[in-house]
Amino acid sequence: METKDLILIEHFCANHNIEFSFIDSLNEFGLIEVIIHEEQRYLPQGQLKEVEKMMRMHYDLDINMEGIDVISHLLKRIHHLQDDLRIAQNKLRLYENED
Amino acid sequence: MEFIDYYKILEIQQSATEADIKAAYRKLARKYHPDLNPNDENAKKKFQQINEANEVLSDPEKRKKYDKYGKDWKHADEFEKANQQQSQSRGNTGGQQTNRGDYEDFSGDFSEFFESMYGSGAGGRAKQTKFRGQDLNAELHLNLIDVYKTQQQTLTVNGKNIRLTIPAGVENGQVIKITGHGTPGVNGGPNGDLYITFTIANHSKFKREGSNLYATVDLDLYTALLGGDLQVDTLDGKVKLKVAPETQSNTKVKLKGKGFPVYKKEGEFGDLYITYHVKLPTNLTEKEKELFTELSKLRANGN
Repeated sequence: METKDLILIEHFCANHNIEFSFIDSLNEFGLIEVIIHEEQRYLPQGQLKEVEKMMRMHYDLDINMEGIDVISHLLKRIHHLQDDLRIAQNKLRLYENED
Repeated sequence: MEFIDYYKILEIQQSATEADIKAAYRKLARKYHPDLNPNDENAKKKFQQINEANEVLSDPEKRKKYDKYGKDWKHADEFEKANQQQSQSRGNTGGQQTNRGDYEDFSGDFSEFFESMYGSGAGGRAKQTKFRGQDLNAELHLNLIDVYKTQQQTLTVNGKNIRLTIPAGVENGQVIKITGHGTPGVNGGPNGDLYITFTIANHSKFKREGSNLYATVDLDLYTALLGGDLQVDTLDGKVKLKVAPETQSNTKVKLKGKGFPVYKKEGEFGDLYITYHVKLPTNLTEKEKELFTELSKLRANGN
């Protein structure tokens, strides 16, 4: 039942030429959510971007699962901090003269 | 166009082996990869250089050509391709207020030097969409007044028209995702997404902080002392204010609900804070001086 929102993991792995075990490991580390339906396993479409990012870390940069786990947490923090920084910079505009 | 020293970029000797190159590339890529350096343009540029150096040095044919002609590229016959068309890896956004639209393609964008040596299509080993389409990024420049009300706008991104609803109250620097409007997926993969970053210039007399607005209003001495009515501008039109007698300079008043719309909360508005700036009269006439002197005598201590 591959739908617009759920991607069959088999299909995903075949297209990227990666092993099933990679997705399993991401799942075991709690980095992604795998949905099981009628013995088939799926990835929610919204997760693909993150999975592809972790794929690049693993296959292109040679980073192991523990490393990906740490980086994922740090990236989340960076995103929060970048949001905070944007809000702080907008507040600073209160004290600056714009033309 | 300048010669690019790919060995220097990868921090290796010219005698480096394939394994050395791979190790050097991975070490630097781990430092500068855009996945690990979100929103860092310098890291992105640096990674593109590293990627280009690896593209050449890790390919025996390309490396051989580079080693042979690299420094004399200007004179070698091979470089007739110098004027070949530029890489197509740049997106094209035609929206009137959109000034940037590029693929989130970390491995594209080769230098002029690279393209003059290997042609614009030589980045063949670079990553291509295998499943999910690529994300696109665009910047939309608007004025504060443009985002006071929710509005529809049609953007042309990569040759496609996209009708976009810009919610009132969007903030400067905010990014919104338009799902599925990136490049098409392949082999049944979903399309990429379009990310729009808003840059909001403020040329109005109001300062904005989130949904609150701030403005300074001049108050003449007599209204400040004796009180009275005052008309002030808001983004929603003019409003009449009652100024209390003996209002001091820098007094702040809050006009509830006269601020900026709260993002994605229809009908909800922040507040407008007015700071009074009492203006003292200048060019006093003799008569005025006389009266002020008299007044000052009534206040022995001057307060």
